[in-house]
Amino acid sequence: MALEPVRPGTGPASVLSNDPKLWRAAGGYELPEGVQITTLDSAVNWCRKHSLWPMPFATACCGIELMSVGASRFDIARFGAEVMRFSPRQCDLMIVAGRVVMKMLPVLQRIWLQMPEPKWCISMGACACSGGIFDTYAVVQGIDRFMPVDVYIPGCPPRPEQILRALMDLQTKIQRGGGLTGMALPEQLAKEQMLEQVRGTAQGLELGKGAARGGEARFGYSLPGGEALLGSNEK
Amino acid sequence: MSDPRASKLTPSLAQIEAANHLVEVLGEPAVSTATFRDNVRVYVNRERLILALDALRQSGFDLVELGCTDYLKYPATTGTGCRFEVHYALLNRNSTARLVVKVGVNDPDPTLPTTTTLWLGADWMEREVFDMYGIRFDGHPDLRRILMPEEFSAHPLRKDYPLRGRGERHNFPVLKRDQS
Repeated sequence: MALEPVRPGTGPASVLSNDPKLWRAAGGYELPEGVQITTLDSAVNWCRKHSLWPMPFATACCGIELMSVGASRFDIARFGAEVMRFSPRQCDLMIVAGRVVMKMLPVLQRIWLQMPEPKWCISMGACACSGGIFDTYAVVQGIDRFMPVDVYIPGCPPRPEQILRALMDLQTKIQRGGGLTGMALPEQLAKEQMLEQVRGTAQGLELGKGAARGGEARFGYSLPGGEALLGSNEK
Repeated sequence: MSDPRASKLTPSLAQIEAANHLVEVLGEPAVSTATFRDNVRVYVNRERLILALDALRQSGFDLVELGCTDYLKYPATTGTGCRFEVHYALLNRNSTARLVVKVGVNDPDPTLPTTTTLWLGADWMEREVFDMYGIRFDGHPDLRRILMPEEFSAHPLRKDYPLRGRGERHNFPVLKRDQS
């Protein structure tokens, strides 16, 4: 069927011909059945969100749940994310499953930098999100202090259904934000600005409490038990 | 009425013999022993540590565990009265006797002779004790940190070290979205 220029209201009765906005978007052409008009970003995001390749960074028991999501009972393949790759160069979704200690964090950051854009990160389980019960000298209290995180999964460890839920949330996020060139999510920007403000404020001011390198309050988080004390002075 | 398990939780003859043998080798004043259930512990002086362990090794004992305890502000008096106690858990596989040799070491600069000359397997265990407690082992072939990162400066299992550390766990560069 050849495309004929039509005016709104004059062509065959259809949604397109009756909506001036869509009519303009279509360049004044009536579209044949089965043809949709959308933005390129939207189409690209639609492709991306259904073909996530996860990089499983499994350091603890959360990794077992992650494996179970990959198996047939929960079947992450239903969401197009079953292609687990153990090379960061081939992945666009990092799933940090488990606690990250001081020695592991530089490795994690390096792997994150090796992943090509666009990329996303899921922080899975209490340990990756906040350090969990491991509030010790060696365990990083949440990976989001040192690298970007898109979706957090609570739980110790989370149920496989929660991982699927997080994947669906991430798909929504990918569809909503971002363009051809990468990431441009409004909430991400707001968080970055907040952290920038917290880190940039001079020492002595309320916001800048512990702003020096090594101070834990410089990330804008409050520690549940207060600042670290000397062992023999601790109550 | 006696505990039916009590007979199982007393030192075996082989353990007592081994401890007595050690006392003979070292001489009475240099050594003290203590028992708890079926544990036999022998406290030795730092100067006689290698002598004692070598005598035990020659009578068939092998090193199965090497560790340390920090008794800082510990209310009860310990066997040696020192801040740190390094223990060498030994096992004789012929007689199945187990023996724990303990040696006390104090601040500042706690130092002990290495036992890698007796058992090569002590290498990594001494590195771990050095890493966690800062006890140096003289003559150790490669005394580096084994668990903590190399740039870590403290010894985290000392009792005067904060449970949450001194912020070392957060001394990392922050990767942001626009940089990565």
